[in-house]
Amino acid sequence: MSANLINLLIEATGQTLYMVAIATLIGTALGLPLGVFLATSQRGELLSAPWVNKVLGLVVNATRSIPFIILVVAIIPFTRLLAGTSIGTTAAIVPLTIAAVPFIARLVENAIREVDEGLIEAARAMGATPLQIIRKVLIAEALPAITLGLTLAVVSLIGYSAMVGAVGGEGLGDLGIRYGYQRFMPEVMAVVVVILIVLVQLVQSVGERIAARVDKRAPKGRGQ
Amino acid sequence: MTQTQHQGASIAFKAVGKAFQKPGGGTVSALENVTLNVAPGDITGIIGRSGAGKSTLLRMVNGLERPTSGRVLVDGRDVGAATGAALRGIRREVGMIFQHFNLLSSRTVAGNIALPLEVAGVPTAQIKPRVADLIARVGLSAQADRYPAELSGGQKQRVGIARALATGPKVLLSDEATSALDPETTQTVLALLKDINRDLGLTIVLITHEMAVVRDIASHVAVIDGGQIVEHGRTYDIFAAPQHPTTRSFLSGVTGVTLPAFIRHRLSDAPPATGGDEVIRVTFAGEHATDPMLALLTTELGIAVNILAGAVEEIGAQPFGNLLISLPAARGAEARAYLERHNLLTEVLGYVS
Ligand SMILES: Nc1ncnc2c1ncn2[C@@H]1O[C@H](COP(=O)(O)OP(=O)(O)OP(=O)(O)O)[C@@H](O)[C@H]1O
Ligand SMILES: [Mg+2]
Repeated sequence: MSANLINLLIEATGQTLYMVAIATLIGTALGLPLGVFLATSQRGELLSAPWVNKVLGLVVNATRSIPFIILVVAIIPFTRLLAGTSIGTTAAIVPLTIAAVPFIARLVENAIREVDEGLIEAARAMGATPLQIIRKVLIAEALPAITLGLTLAVVSLIGYSAMVGAVGGEGLGDLGIRYGYQRFMPEVMAVVVVILIVLVQLVQSVGERIAARVDKRAPKGRGQ
Repeated sequence: MTQTQHQGASIAFKAVGKAFQKPGGGTVSALENVTLNVAPGDITGIIGRSGAGKSTLLRMVNGLERPTSGRVLVDGRDVGAATGAALRGIRREVGMIFQHFNLLSSRTVAGNIALPLEVAGVPTAQIKPRVADLIARVGLSAQADRYPAELSGGQKQRVGIARALATGPKVLLSDEATSALDPETTQTVLALLKDINRDLGLTIVLITHEMAVVRDIASHVAVIDGGQIVEHGRTYDIFAAPQHPTTRSFLSGVTGVTLPAFIRHRLSDAPPATGGDEVIRVTFAGEHATDPMLALLTTELGIAVNILAGAVEEIGAQPFGNLLISLPAARGAEARAYLERHNLLTEVLGYVS
């Protein structure tokens, strides 16, 4: 494999990491509060706002039911508005983020709904405000599950990022398609796949490790 | 910081009713016209069957549940009408412990106990010594940095108690706090609650479905059945002279005095046409002893008495006895009158032919 190709691979890996990292960051910044709100705003819950909950739930479901490749194309005008251009790696971050937000929101919602009702009750009995309960009880207790959820989100985003070649986004997926498929260089395709496998494996094990560290629910074995 | 001396608060339920909305429309009535006064420093046990309304009643004291009619007053303040900061203020004066402890798994023992202080906005510098004090009070100094998952049930409940005491409350509520514990651990937790009541003077209201818990700790007891208080008074008086059938059935469990099976199966409600025996429960309280009375029944009245079962135990510091006897049905009324005259309580359980 030529030095040129190796450079291309390194560059593509960097682009993939860049897209996924920014999409995860913004996706979490928006998805986490959205997920918390979805988990606490049904009738009779902490932030009881059943109508807002319903509407947001519908929007989240709608966004999640659009196949990613269609989403990428469908929001091109919006992407241009936001990124100044509708093609290229930076532009590709827009659809990735838009896919990430509802996905992360649902993962966070599920994680928070797993928190024992009794803890909310205990916190209410202490005189905690809804925001204190969310911060000190719900998010703290759901942290292991949220961490695993974010891990899943990052892995999914790595997969999605392979499709942004369609709008001129670069990265590993795009490289694999252009060289491996269109230029008949199966070895490039193979290397891309291997790098993706390694990336996903890495993300997964780091995520699991962090989740295990923040999870105090089961006693740790001796010698850890 | 040393333990500050707290004063208990009074609790008053005034004609309290609670109806829950049913999901399909309509309502379920959980409490009806409950009036109950708890004096400062009392330990009141609330006992009743599952679904009787115990938790609903207790949860009104800290506003986790609001009455649909009537009022609940803590130290004269209307909890049901309080909202926002006022309600949170009341809640800081009312600690609560739970059957399943409800500790944060993500926080250590010290962290869990610090939570109500953080929530109340106590400066960090003051939290540490206060938490250390509380941990020492419940005897968990060695476990301060452990997580709840590494503790036994009894230790978890101690954390729950320390957490409930953190903000220096005037009332402690306990919803079946010992129901998930084994009998021995239950005893140590009850002893701790007693100490706290004595040292801090706070009012304790505890729910239980075990009369033994009431006997061991409560100064007063309220029996609740179908959403209504059917009996209320000093524990000793209720044990000595239970009026309501529900109270009696709870008591028969705790006194451990039950009819032997061979008699129970033959028991009928009506006396046989001729002959037969009357089965009577004789309860004695305080210094009245039964033994001589039963002997006198034989020597003075010439009535032969059979002892079927019996036990003597302590409630508060006073002896409390319970005997099941049988004697000829024809002389039952006479014998009971004689025993009642001598300050023993009697109750006809049935007849055997
Ligand atoms: N949130 C609620 N919504 C509807 N009904 C309720 C609710 N909470 C309690 N109830 C009903 O009110 C009645 C009393 O319930 P409560 O929980 O006070 O009983 P309890 O005496 O504490 O019973 P247990 O010993 O089983 O805990 C029951 O019929 C119950 O089904
Ligand atoms: Mg209950």
